[in-house]
Amino acid sequence: MSDISHPPRDGATPGKGWFESVGIGHLLLGFFLLVYPAMASDFFLTQIGGYSLILGMIALSLMLLAGYGGMVSLAQITVAGAAGYVVAIFGENNSGVYGFGWPWWVYGPLAILIASFASALIGWIAVRTEGIYTIMITLAVATACFYFAQQNYALFNGFPGYNGLRAPEVFGLNWRDPVPFYYLCLANAVVAYVAVLYGARSTFGLTLQAIRDNQRRMRSIGFDVTAHKVFAWWLAGLIAGAAGILLVWFNGRISPGTIAVGPSINILVIAIIGGLRHPIGPFLGAVIVTLMQTFAIDIIGAERFNTLIGMVFLVIVLISPDGILGLWERFKPRAGAEDWRSSLGTSAGKVENQGRKT
Amino acid sequence: MTMKRRTLLALTLATSLTAPSLALAQSDPIKIGLLATFEGAFTVLGEDGERGAMTAVDEFGGEVAGHEIEIIKGSSDASPDSAVRAARKLVEQDGVEILIGPLSGDEGIAIKDFAKTHPEVTFLNGSSAAQDTTLRDPADNFYRFSTDGAQWMAGLGDYAYDEKGYRKVATVAEDYSFPYTQVFGFMAEFCKAGGTVPSKSWVPIGNKDYSSVIAAIPDDVDAIYVALGGADAVNFLSQYYDAGGQAPLLGGSITVDQTVLTAKGRMKDVLVGTPAAGPTADTNDSEAWKEFTAAYKKQDGAFPSPSLFAHAYYVNMKAALLALEEVDGELSDDQQAFRDALSSLEFETPTGKVSLDDNRNAVADMYLTEVTEAEDGTLVNELVKVTPQVNQTLGIDKEEFMALGAVSRENPSCP
Repeated sequence: MSDISHPPRDGATPGKGWFESVGIGHLLLGFFLLVYPAMASDFFLTQIGGYSLILGMIALSLMLLAGYGGMVSLAQITVAGAAGYVVAIFGENNSGVYGFGWPWWVYGPLAILIASFASALIGWIAVRTEGIYTIMITLAVATACFYFAQQNYALFNGFPGYNGLRAPEVFGLNWRDPVPFYYLCLANAVVAYVAVLYGARSTFGLTLQAIRDNQRRMRSIGFDVTAHKVFAWWLAGLIAGAAGILLVWFNGRISPGTIAVGPSINILVIAIIGGLRHPIGPFLGAVIVTLMQTFAIDIIGAERFNTLIGMVFLVIVLISPDGILGLWERFKPRAGAEDWRSSLGTSAGKVENQGRKT
Repeated sequence: MTMKRRTLLALTLATSLTAPSLALAQSDPIKIGLLATFEGAFTVLGEDGERGAMTAVDEFGGEVAGHEIEIIKGSSDASPDSAVRAARKLVEQDGVEILIGPLSGDEGIAIKDFAKTHPEVTFLNGSSAAQDTTLRDPADNFYRFSTDGAQWMAGLGDYAYDEKGYRKVATVAEDYSFPYTQVFGFMAEFCKAGGTVPSKSWVPIGNKDYSSVIAAIPDDVDAIYVALGGADAVNFLSQYYDAGGQAPLLGGSITVDQTVLTAKGRMKDVLVGTPAAGPTADTNDSEAWKEFTAAYKKQDGAFPSPSLFAHAYYVNMKAALLALEEVDGELSDDQQAFRDALSSLEFETPTGKVSLDDNRNAVADMYLTEVTEAEDGTLVNELVKVTPQVNQTLGIDKEEFMALGAVSRENPSCP
């Protein structure tokens, strides 16, 4: 309980003004992200900025499950891909298969909805297991979906997938133009971030964390553990689904390569590198991973650049098993660092600390 | 407190993102992007493509018309998404003016679509050989001096029917646009001559277990046409013969490429005598080919003979350099002069004369080959016949050819 004297990091602490409840850090970060387009080239705006925000959102959905629910999922890119394929099938594509040409305000929500239910379904299967078995079963689901999409021509158009997916024009703006696309990603990411931040301190969020820490106790108190977990998967699906739509608008296409095992592990790497303790972690991880994957080839040449990427990730995780966030925690000038290692722990004694683990 | 620190970190990171963009500056060297598969299943092929491209650059001494040539590499893993991402980085961040690549079929189609969004950059193909990269809905700024997979098959169908006497052939090919194109090229001739193809098997890239595919091949076929690449070809062939398969083979262009012929194992017994067709032949006696091979071998890690990927990247890179030379490295006015030079370019490659058609796709000589064992024990593609100046419609009238429809798993069909 030593750390209870520290205020929650942000949000509704009673008796404080809105300024303090939001936090100076958030304001500075928000300001920077808002004016970022003024400083950055188009490439840095979309290929680094937009792409990081998209990957960050997908990793955020993983962080939600892993950080608060103790369920590490490798199927988050699959969920995002589900939304992407819905966009390809019900929106417009130039692959000559399907492409019903529905307006974005129909296929968008539909895609998110289908993705969230796909996520809930995966979760419903996965919650019967725990720990490493959850990882295994979600990996199996992701791999199966990848091979199915690659070989199914009736629905997924096989290996080539769908080409020519375009972001809509709304209010006279083409949302794939660099600046609008960046702000669109930013808006989505902020909504997802705030929702996770807020949700983690809601009754549901606290219950989920309690379940993570001691499932048996929560069950005996009378909570429906399975329902809570599946609901968490459904929420994660909403975030991953929204990111999936942005991802296909970003790439202009979707193919089984988008949801292959490599990308799904990429999402896990992003979440781990960033840290699973706070929703900002996945976004930090996404920025680092995107930068590395884009520029490593310039640093070390075409033959060994993947080695460099791997080494950097290895070093980060070696120095700090808790990712970038853990690195900062470590150099924090106060005691009380003992409880941050528990984010995936299951010891019953941790339950009382969960109030601040947001 | 903690939040502040984290956000500070985020801020620092984000600030550092904006800095490199300021460093972009105009400079004298001509920037050429080189996009190939330096990761994933096709890494070996991508590296050989790079060797080919660098052979051409070295031939020009690394400069053209007084401008230094700066090569910036981009890597894909053969998926269209990664190809577009790499191309976008080369074009939008590194500011390349000319982009050479990509390597494989569906990447080519994706890059063609990407080229339309960047009319200020000129794209030359690497070795991708899907038909629709240039045939249907082409991009004005995408040029292919290497030919497509159907052209590569020129001569094979007739040879199989007339010389080998095959009447019924089953096909086994990977399930994406390049093998579709190859099967199309083979069947166009073979079916026209009177042969039939009762069974077509499409297998995913990277498939390991071919037992179900092998079981599905009819017993009474005269031969099997195999259009698989790299490890897929090796896996299929060894499993087919382990399963007691007897039928002789017909090879796609990359089935019996150097990347496969140099594989370890008992490929030798299996592959000797396999006819194939493609844009290159290892035992080509012409001076130009010998010179090219000698120059190619100076590159690090070169194969005994350049693969068709090295050849295709070489031809495209050389075309770009020749056109640059013609316009004195002048790329202003939206590269109009450079593109005109490319369109009208006609030059001698190591494999004969190359020129472009209206869709900016190459017309070139094709080589019918047969795998033989060379004196030093290595396997090479022995030249059998040259089919001169094959165009993209395979000599068929264009309208008639377009009426055949786009290549796919079902098209063409002659069971």
